[in-house]
Amino acid sequence: MRIGIDVGGTNTDAVLMDGARVVSSAKTPTTANVSEGIAKAMRKVIADSGIDSAAIDGVMIGTTHFTNAVVERKRLTPTACIRLGLPATVCLPPMVDWPQDLRDLVGGESHLAHGGHEFDGREISAYQPDEVRDIAVRIRDAGLDAIAISSVFSPVNASFEEQTAEIVREAIPDANITLSSEIGRIGLLERENAAIMNSCLRGLAARTVDGFKAALDELQIRAPFYISQNDGTLMNADFAKEYPVLTFASGPTNSMRGAAFLSGLRDAIVVDVGGTTTDIGVLQHGFPRPAALAVDIGGVRTNFRMPDTYSIGLGGGSLIQSEPLKVGPQSVGYELTSKALVFGGDVLTATDMIVAGGSEVIGDVGAVSGLDADLVAATQARIMEMIAIAVDRMKTSATPVPVIVVGGGSILVTGEIEGASEIIKPEHFPVANAIGAAIAQVGGECDRIFSLAEMNRDDALNQAKAEASERAVNAGAAPESIEIVDVEEVPLAYLPGNATRIMVKAIGDLAGAPPSVSSMNGGN
Amino acid sequence: MRLLYEEHIEDIALGAAVLGTGGGGDPYVGKLMAREAIRQYGPVELYTLDELDDDDLIVPAAGMGAPIVIVEKLPAGDDMIRAFEALGRYSGREPRGTMSIEAGGLNSVMPIYVAARLRIPMVDCDGMGRAFPEIQMTIFTAHGITASPFAMSDERGNVLLMDTVSNAWVETFARSCVVHMGAEGMIALYSATVRQLKEASIHGTITLAEDIGKTVRNARRAEANPVDAVRAAVDGFLLFRGKISDVDRRIEGGWNKGAATMQGSGDYAGRELLLDFQNEHLAARIDGEFAATVPDLIAVLDNETGEPITTEALRYGMRVAVIAFPCAPQWREPAALELAHPRYFGYDVDYVPVEERFG
Repeated sequence: MRIGIDVGGTNTDAVLMDGARVVSSAKTPTTANVSEGIAKAMRKVIADSGIDSAAIDGVMIGTTHFTNAVVERKRLTPTACIRLGLPATVCLPPMVDWPQDLRDLVGGESHLAHGGHEFDGREISAYQPDEVRDIAVRIRDAGLDAIAISSVFSPVNASFEEQTAEIVREAIPDANITLSSEIGRIGLLERENAAIMNSCLRGLAARTVDGFKAALDELQIRAPFYISQNDGTLMNADFAKEYPVLTFASGPTNSMRGAAFLSGLRDAIVVDVGGTTTDIGVLQHGFPRPAALAVDIGGVRTNFRMPDTYSIGLGGGSLIQSEPLKVGPQSVGYELTSKALVFGGDVLTATDMIVAGGSEVIGDVGAVSGLDADLVAATQARIMEMIAIAVDRMKTSATPVPVIVVGGGSILVTGEIEGASEIIKPEHFPVANAIGAAIAQVGGECDRIFSLAEMNRDDALNQAKAEASERAVNAGAAPESIEIVDVEEVPLAYLPGNATRIMVKAIGDLAGAPPSVSSMNGGN
Repeated sequence: MRLLYEEHIEDIALGAAVLGTGGGGDPYVGKLMAREAIRQYGPVELYTLDELDDDDLIVPAAGMGAPIVIVEKLPAGDDMIRAFEALGRYSGREPRGTMSIEAGGLNSVMPIYVAARLRIPMVDCDGMGRAFPEIQMTIFTAHGITASPFAMSDERGNVLLMDTVSNAWVETFARSCVVHMGAEGMIALYSATVRQLKEASIHGTITLAEDIGKTVRNARRAEANPVDAVRAAVDGFLLFRGKISDVDRRIEGGWNKGAATMQGSGDYAGRELLLDFQNEHLAARIDGEFAATVPDLIAVLDNETGEPITTEALRYGMRVAVIAFPCAPQWREPAALELAHPRYFGYDVDYVPVEERFG
């Protein structure tokens, strides 16, 4: 059996699953100390099911904790960056486009050295070990041990980053080192940004993951545990300590994967109604459709592939104004259970309107019995209109598609959605995100430039697929379950010679045994 | 003369992406280079041609290569300066200032870096008023200004100087040499006097890019529709709103060629737009009929934010607006039109100015 947990800003959700069956579920408030909320949610699902904690084979946790640390500028470790690529790249040093406050917090110490590769694998300049040794000593003398290393075109050839890590370890044996090639794609600044943020977050990651571990120990759960990545795949706990940056934006992915699982649909629109916002995303072949544009995290540009979601300010806690009728975007948020009319509060919320309409019985129904029936009907119609417009934005054609409604605020959906072939509110819809975490798989990625002058296209594609599959297996996937889920080819424009960039993602089921940490290189 | 500060660069880059009509490279790297140079060396003096002496020599500066390489192998900076100075030396004349050859995309902002570092004037004009894929496709060429002498430098310090018999030869040689430089070279070319440029360039295009960028920014701040704001700023026409239903890409002779199909929504429901591109958008057809072609400009904008979308970023399912707007009038003179006629790009149609179709 598996436990899936989603730690959101408002709620910590947990589910206990036996294979494909949801045994029990729980929703508890998120606590300042994240582990306490997790322990509480787990204790509840175990108690409700009456099972022995020894029967749990794995615990999967999705968390926004590390994203929030960057956004809130809290608990970040000062980090130095070494970039290999001289004489190229000089005019735009590391962290050049970071917000000043974050740069100050991180220390802004960066060093450029020779090395780096061309797109076709040639060296930009000869690697100079002595130069790197000097830099390592300077970093040590500055009292830093968190270091990010980037090298031009390291997704094509990572050897200079690896050599640099060895040299740095000679000077700083306990150095916390992130190589950009381990976590990112082509786009030096974005990949380097992610590597620096990763080293910044490692201290927090170690404490957080140890806290999760302590929560599990307290409940005598001996099973391995895993953390969700932004692409919906898992990394094991030790790997999460090493690569916290890969958890960014795992929340929407888990919710959509959970919706796919609960509904059994692979192609659909997912409407996730929360307390304050509703997120609409598109499932393609069972996975979220990725966004095409660069994503900022706390003002720092990254090239992680995030799910393409559209958010509107509509949720269970949305404030209602009459004359003119307005639903949201202001919300009572996590205070819904104390401020809404049905919960004895004095704020008129979307939830109150749904209860007044008679489709749900929640809290004190009498508290909303005096509401104007026309206003109630108009509000419900407005809510459905808001959702229909948002769904239409995300559709790819006029053909009606199934719409899966999940999330704690799903009660807001009371009627038909224009353009939907059917509306599915699966069982356990409030905890779809935790289910998404519980059922997650492991993956691997390859992003490289191939010269089709030297290799035919099929061979290049096969090589990229093989590399991505190998990484998925290294990350813990059972080899027989590996599936190639995404292939993208982008020819290099303005160039003769048919160089093309190939990106491949492979995903597989978690193998029985816990994966080895040293060889893991899961994608993002 | 006016001064360009850090805050102007963001607007210029956004406007330049609109003028890039899907190509010309993402201005992000160039924008950062310009911004950092201004932070370090101070604001850049932007001159109109009228404010300079007729005999002043202006040397445009630019980057050349694959846009995807420049986001990975960031320029050295010295490479741009080296190419610029080498051209001055070869010409035997000190350049008075620099300018953009291509107001669309990355090369709109690259010369700002040179102007800031060398503390020389930047001129508010360019050779295209948009982006085009080949070096000879400029108003300069149509007016007999030669691309050579031509200098190209890499980060290592190599400098190539070319003196060719035609602008097309510069394109041929430079395109193959740049591969050896790692698909990225910094170039200086098309040196001309202010007197020549008064006739043979498109005036005010840096300010135009800035105005477009400012308009989008203001529209976003006012929560107005940024697509309408862009359309008004470029005096253009809304061709279409819809969703991308298919993108077909192929490589041909080093070009990123292909087509995107869009299904209309709202007022455009039931209609289909086919957009052809070769790095830049070449032609838009609605339900099979040509709606706009080169050399007029066709821009694809995010329907919500007004953000211009490059051909490499076009993806199935994106919700977009397509606008078209008239090219600079110089492109419609016979010698220029021949360089960028729909027929040059393989369409067997006459060129019809977009405002005649929609005006």
